[in-house]
Amino acid sequence: MCLAVPGRVLHTAEVDGVPMAEVDFGGVRKEVCLQYVPDAVSGEYVIVHVGFAIQRLDEISARATLADFERLGLLEEEFGDGLEAAAAQQSPKEGTDR
Amino acid sequence: MKYLDEFSDPRLAERLLDQIHASATRPAVMMEVCGGQTHSIIRHGIDQLLPDCVEMIHGPGCPVCVTPLEIIDRALAIAARPEVVFCSFGDMLRVPGSGRDLFSVKSAGGDVRVVYSPLDALGLARENPDREVVFFGIGFETTAPANAMTVHQAQRLGVRNFSLLVSHVLVPPAVAAVMESPDCRVQAFLAAGHVCSVMGTSQYPSLAEKYRVPIVVTGFEPLDILEGIRRVVLQLEEGRHEVENAYPRAVPASGNLPAMEMLRDVFEVTDRTWRGIGMIPDSGWRLAEKYAEFDAERRFDVAAIRTSESSLCRSGEVLQGLIKPHACQAFGKECTPRNPLGATMVSSEGACSAYYAYRRLELVDAK
Ligand code: SF4
Repeated sequence: MCLAVPGRVLHTAEVDGVPMAEVDFGGVRKEVCLQYVPDAVSGEYVIVHVGFAIQRLDEISARATLADFERLGLLEEEFGDGLEAAAAQQSPKEGTDR
Repeated sequence: MKYLDEFSDPRLAERLLDQIHASATRPAVMMEVCGGQTHSIIRHGIDQLLPDCVEMIHGPGCPVCVTPLEIIDRALAIAARPEVVFCSFGDMLRVPGSGRDLFSVKSAGGDVRVVYSPLDALGLARENPDREVVFFGIGFETTAPANAMTVHQAQRLGVRNFSLLVSHVLVPPAVAAVMESPDCRVQAFLAAGHVCSVMGTSQYPSLAEKYRVPIVVTGFEPLDILEGIRRVVLQLEEGRHEVENAYPRAVPASGNLPAMEMLRDVFEVTDRTWRGIGMIPDSGWRLAEKYAEFDAERRFDVAAIRTSESSLCRSGEVLQGLIKPHACQAFGKECTPRNPLGATMVSSEGACSAYYAYRRLELVDAK
């Protein structure tokens, strides 16, 4: 139950005085309460937990984090042990399917 | 799904792992607080890919697991009443109370229902004005805003046949309790990302300073967890103990202001007993006085039900990170998800259940 997952806001409407939205989770659609992210608009991604959006997903930060991960690897290749990197690429990393 | 797939890219995971291996030269014992992270770590085998000197200790952050026995017993007493529709998240159904669980109350004719959201329970109350609808409001700071809003809405709409059985728990006091334990081996924390989505990060610098531990706010996908571990390792290697946010896409430093405002309105801080751990001062929330009429414990007069744990189950030690699940003699033998002796075997976020699902064969064979 602790899981919170990102979904895309499809459309919004007020129900009983509360902002609600229909949110798409990779094909599964659910009614979600937008009380805590009231200015979310359709097309945006929000993080949803037990039927409530608790944050919007910040796409700029998401891209920046992924870019950082990429950069970590690039620097490693630049300064790291080239042979080791090549060997690691050739054989699937030990333990990944243990 | 957007930003789920990208954050489990195996190619990037290898790069992060390489970095961790290249940096770690000394022991790094860190606790992931959140049960969702425990599940992800065991499921993806992340702990087995780390250098030998880096150890993950699984923390108490599974709300199902730490809900105290006497609250479960009170839930069972309420759920068995003929006028009650008792609503809960699904993973509470099999949590053993002193004698039985919610599932067996249902089999015996109780009206126990699983809902996705507390608002669904409020909807049931409005559709069934002649029944008493009770929602089992458990969880950490991530779940509390949903329950708070539901009670607030019940009051606003005048839904008098709805009430909440509240057992909310808070992460920062649990972090302090772990560090105060005389057996504590924890040198750093991965803080629970979605708790911080709600509460922000301002509660953690004082803890990092007081206990001299790095605290890295961490997400739930494999890359998020590896990045949290990488940052902890770097801090420990450099002798730093700071709060870092490795999950900025979902965690603004200030948290969610409207949610925090609602929480302040609906709840007040209280002492809580954590199952398997014991009482932690100021570690939970209960309904504030002005919402007292929605408090199921008062409405059904069950506050007198008191019980104490009496079993061979070692989940208390598991929850405090003192032992791994397979150190328990009952693991995989008397105790399985079908027949759980302790709450940590019930929820998929419980450490015993995660080990059972993903490690059972190798562990029981090795015993
Ligand atoms: S394996 Fe079962 S009995 Fe042992 S600590 Fe875990 S929940 Fe308790």
